[in-house]
Amino acid sequence: MIKARGLAGTRSWLVLAVFALVVATVGLAACGSKGASGSKAPAADTIIGAGATFPYPLYSKWGSDYAGLNGIKLNYQAIGSGGGISAIEAKTVDFGASDAPLTEADLKTNGLVQFPLCVGGGVLIVNLPGVSAGDLKLTPDLVAKIYMGTITKWDDPAIKAVNPSLSLPSTAISVVHRSDGSGTTWIFTSYLTDAAPSIWTVGAGTEVNWPVGVGAKGSDGVAASVKQVTGSIGYVEYTYATQNAMTWTQLQNKDGKFVSPALEGFAAAAGNADWKKAPGFALALVNEPGPTTWPITGASFILIQQQQQDAARAGQMLTFFDWAYKNGGAAAQALNYVPIPPKVYKLVEKLWETVTISGTPVWPAG
Amino acid sequence: MNAPGVPAGPPGAMKVLRRIRHRRYADPAFRAFTTACGMVVALLMAAMFAVLIIDSWPSIKKFGVGFLWSKAWDTTAGHYGAVTALYGTFYTTVIAMVLAVPLALVIALLLVELAPPWLSRIVGTAIELLAAVPSIVFGLWGFLVLVPIMSNHVEPWIQSTFLGKLWLFQGPPMGLGFLTAGLVLALMVLPFITAVARDVLRMVPQVVKEAGYGMGSTTWEVTRKVSLRYGLSGIVGAFFLGLGRALGETMAVAFLIGQTYDMQKSLFGTGNTITSTLANTFAEATDSLQRSALIELGLVLFVITGVFQLLAHLWLRRARRRMGGRA
Repeated sequence: MIKARGLAGTRSWLVLAVFALVVATVGLAACGSKGASGSKAPAADTIIGAGATFPYPLYSKWGSDYAGLNGIKLNYQAIGSGGGISAIEAKTVDFGASDAPLTEADLKTNGLVQFPLCVGGGVLIVNLPGVSAGDLKLTPDLVAKIYMGTITKWDDPAIKAVNPSLSLPSTAISVVHRSDGSGTTWIFTSYLTDAAPSIWTVGAGTEVNWPVGVGAKGSDGVAASVKQVTGSIGYVEYTYATQNAMTWTQLQNKDGKFVSPALEGFAAAAGNADWKKAPGFALALVNEPGPTTWPITGASFILIQQQQQDAARAGQMLTFFDWAYKNGGAAAQALNYVPIPPKVYKLVEKLWETVTISGTPVWPAG
Repeated sequence: MNAPGVPAGPPGAMKVLRRIRHRRYADPAFRAFTTACGMVVALLMAAMFAVLIIDSWPSIKKFGVGFLWSKAWDTTAGHYGAVTALYGTFYTTVIAMVLAVPLALVIALLLVELAPPWLSRIVGTAIELLAAVPSIVFGLWGFLVLVPIMSNHVEPWIQSTFLGKLWLFQGPPMGLGFLTAGLVLALMVLPFITAVARDVLRMVPQVVKEAGYGMGSTTWEVTRKVSLRYGLSGIVGAFFLGLGRALGETMAVAFLIGQTYDMQKSLFGTGNTITSTLANTFAEATDSLQRSALIELGLVLFVITGVFQLLAHLWLRRARRRMGGRA
């Protein structure tokens, strides 16, 4: 009736195109499944994982390095931690990955085990004329008050007291946080909860009910927002602060020392954390002790089924993780992640010994 | 095909067979095929609805109907409600429609009534191209280009005029928020409304318009009293098409809305929409109740869009009947 002829013509073409696409996909899938079932026999040649986006660059680098060594491919889909957890619960993948660890209760109900695979850090960035990277010092209380909205101007006496040598403007503080759910937000809010519990009352999560500020999408979005607005403050993954030449701040750690963000600081946090006391390694590496420790640090976790189905696949997967722990350090550092310290790896290996197939341990793989 | 000398039987039989096949089975088979294809859509809708209800059941059970008027969205405490998302969804949609509908009508009138054919063709193609731009591009463009312009120039300028005293223009000019999101939404729905409105106006019979001109009407009068009247039902259809798109638009809004869970009044304020909350938080929603609440938000949007479609249909039918009665 109303529709123009041109539109109807386009639509029928569209229908044809979609139909062709569906046929092609089904055809390919059929071929694909035939190929897979043919080559599956002794061991899987592909390890399938899904989950967190934060460690994706590292996992994909490790995957391609590992494939170059022995032809075993890693197919890691960065669909988000939530998706990764669902996928491993449904056993559609060999492993799931999550930035926020599951609680021990959650692990038990779903028959999963969890261990950390790499460590990264969060950094606060600001946009203040005349203040360059590393100039501004912040304490946990100051950060919490800024994000609670109780400190609203940059020349607040409390900020000045910590930074006597800086001339701070009376600009209003524009708080920027993530608009999307994110492991970085979980690490940052865990830090506030741990280091300034009396001020930060919002709690910790992949997204929280922020008292003030605006949300920007992704770490790159936060970095862009902070760049655009004078007087703003935001938190991003370490990589974004270094790559975009942002004005990062120093932070006071648990020992009372002001430190600059660095891989050594993240490693110190991972090394000084008391992993033994955390069941399921469910640990945020925030506000850990140590003079060089960077306070906003977090591990990214791997989730696997405690009862495995296929000995060859399980062995293959754990062998890959073992390789990543032992040989993946250089690749990790090149991408601004920190590998898990050896003493933690020992604990992880002990955990692997509880992973079984009908009662028989899978690790050490034969 | 057949070599000479081969008995004529087989081709003759084939012919008969083909005829039978054609008469007896072709039409019913074709009907069955098309019916099956049509049913796929209906089944998909039903299945979608069922899955939405099943997956949001933990949240429905926990919050009941109160979900619809609870302002809470607190992941750490585990309280969820749809009000802030509904508020943001309608706020941005209203801004988009207020900006896009008049502009679309004016452009459609220009294309049909006033512009020389060459200009009409160029502008028409440009509008169609605009419709083909993926929404993620609008989102990134909005975030990287429009937001700095809004926060550095437009919003401070508005606040410096007398408008700055109104509650509509309070708050820090961050660039992110309802106004920017609504503006980009308006650009996104503009081509859809324009295209349909143009086709509607084109279908106004020339004789009717000429009758108007013959009575000494100006172009404006003919447009207002003849063309727009005549095409009213179609234009309402265009309006609802744009509305449906604005309500459901996701990526661009997810970038621009600021994603805060409150109900700020100012145009410069930030908030969230149903789709932006889904796009922004679903991937990292690790808590099962949060996932369930998010899916319930999706269910709410599903129902809202359905209701709007229904209203549009009813309105169109009524309008058509009324016009038919008059003719």
